Amino acid sequence: MILRALLQIGVLLLLPPLLLGVVNRVKAIAAGRKGPPLLQLYFDLAKLLRKGAVYSRTTTWVFRAGPAVGLAAIATAGTMLPVAGQPAIVSFSGDFVLFAYLLALARFATALAALDTGSSFEGMGAAREVSFASMAEPTLFLVLVVMARATGSLSLSGMLGPALAPAWRAAAPALLLSAIALFVVALAENSRIPVDDPNTHLELTMIHEVMILDHSGPDLAFILYGASLKFFLFGALLVRLVADVGATGFWSAEGAFVLELLAFSVLVGVVESFMARLRLTRVPQMLVGASILSVFALVLLLR
Amino acid sequence: MGAWTDMAFILVVVLDLFLLASSRLGAAIRAVALQGALLSLLALLLTSSGHDLGHMLAVAGGAFFIKAFLIPWLMFRAIREMAIRREMEPLVGYVPSLILGGLGVVLSFALSRGLPLPTNEMHPFLVPTALATVWTGLLLVVSRRKAVTQVLGFLVLENGVFIFGLLLTDFMPVMVEAGVLLDLLAAVFVMGIVMFQINREFASLDTDALSSLKD
Repeated sequence: MILRALLQIGVLLLLPPLLLGVVNRVKAIAAGRKGPPLLQLYFDLAKLLRKGAVYSRTTTWVFRAGPAVGLAAIATAGTMLPVAGQPAIVSFSGDFVLFAYLLALARFATALAALDTGSSFEGMGAAREVSFASMAEPTLFLVLVVMARATGSLSLSGMLGPALAPAWRAAAPALLLSAIALFVVALAENSRIPVDDPNTHLELTMIHEVMILDHSGPDLAFILYGASLKFFLFGALLVRLVADVGATGFWSAEGAFVLELLAFSVLVGVVESFMARLRLTRVPQMLVGASILSVFALVLLLR
Repeated sequence: MGAWTDMAFILVVVLDLFLLASSRLGAAIRAVALQGALLSLLALLLTSSGHDLGHMLAVAGGAFFIKAFLIPWLMFRAIREMAIRREMEPLVGYVPSLILGGLGVVLSFALSRGLPLPTNEMHPFLVPTALATVWTGLLLVVSRRKAVTQVLGFLVLENGVFIFGLLLTDFMPVMVEAGVLLDLLAAVFVMGIVMFQINREFASLDTDALSSLKD
């Protein structure tokens, strides 16, 4: 029992950097390159954690607190997500609201730290990040409400638990539409390609990367790790929603879950390889489209 | 079977929303063609044993040929001849028209329950999908500046009417439906000629140019 709980926490804490490695490998293969090793992010994190941090004299404690608060908030949100069909570590009625707002808190901390540097460039990035997030948030909530309504449960463990399979039989169109909307939100929230290009350092296009330019050493490691953890959380939410294989055994469920997450990373890598980044003015359009899809899903469910 | 029909209806509505958001003409024409193909598929999916199968095949085949093949081909020809690729500056922006379209979809799905129908309802999504598609077509016709997009809006409007017509396939003779499809084709022809004239006269397809007076 304890071993299983440890394994579950281990998957939650150790797997995320690998997923981003898979995304980068898929992109490299599609572009005909060899690409960095799959475990590159682990090496980067280890390197950064050994280094010291440099702080500008104009920054205050807000800047130092940003990465720690961000990582803590995302990790806490992770404890509410059921991994591989097992109930989540923390679960109570209405925990999906806390889940969404812990992710928002992490964003808030990062944006505040960016504003604290006083750099107009980072302020621009924070403004972009927050304005796009405000358009992605209604979609996330609508999707969660659709899931709550379809499964009749108000906690994430219940929504993604055994009640999901009958819900798919009863309301497949609504759940499919909300899964598509959730995928768009996942791409936007994780600053993936149609919204933001995680590779560029070109000031016109950057959103997330702008905000973390002044962080160094362990702080940067916290931010990078937090970003990969967030990617894992959205991936886990999505694969549990669309691909509940119904494996009953503990090991088979866990294995299927990890495989599904790797498939999700490959899918994101494929999307990134074959889509161009949208113009910034087109991003709200895509996010509004996703919210309308989720509204449509809710209406289908309620009628 | 039932799930596939559900999905086809939902896809028709999603294509409506896509059309409201897309700024590229080629993608919009392809979406209208796909919608036409889905309509002919729906005509077949909704056939129950009581129907005359030959009748339904004729309707579906005619709709597929004209809506999914002939008209898109004409439209592609038109935009190639006039060398235009995208809709510039619609009267109502993309995000507001998406929101209006979404509002129409929500209202039609929420309220269509209360509408009295003369015949029995074949599928719970049929009437709301028809209403939402008609609403989208109307929005496209009034909110776009370029003649090509307005024609596309008219086609979407007609698609909505066709979906509603599926309710009445038991009572409508094939000749009436063939006549409607032929009318549609003729209308697109006429619009193609008008578009060509507008383009030659003003060197653009902006229909606003038609409302300014000249001597």
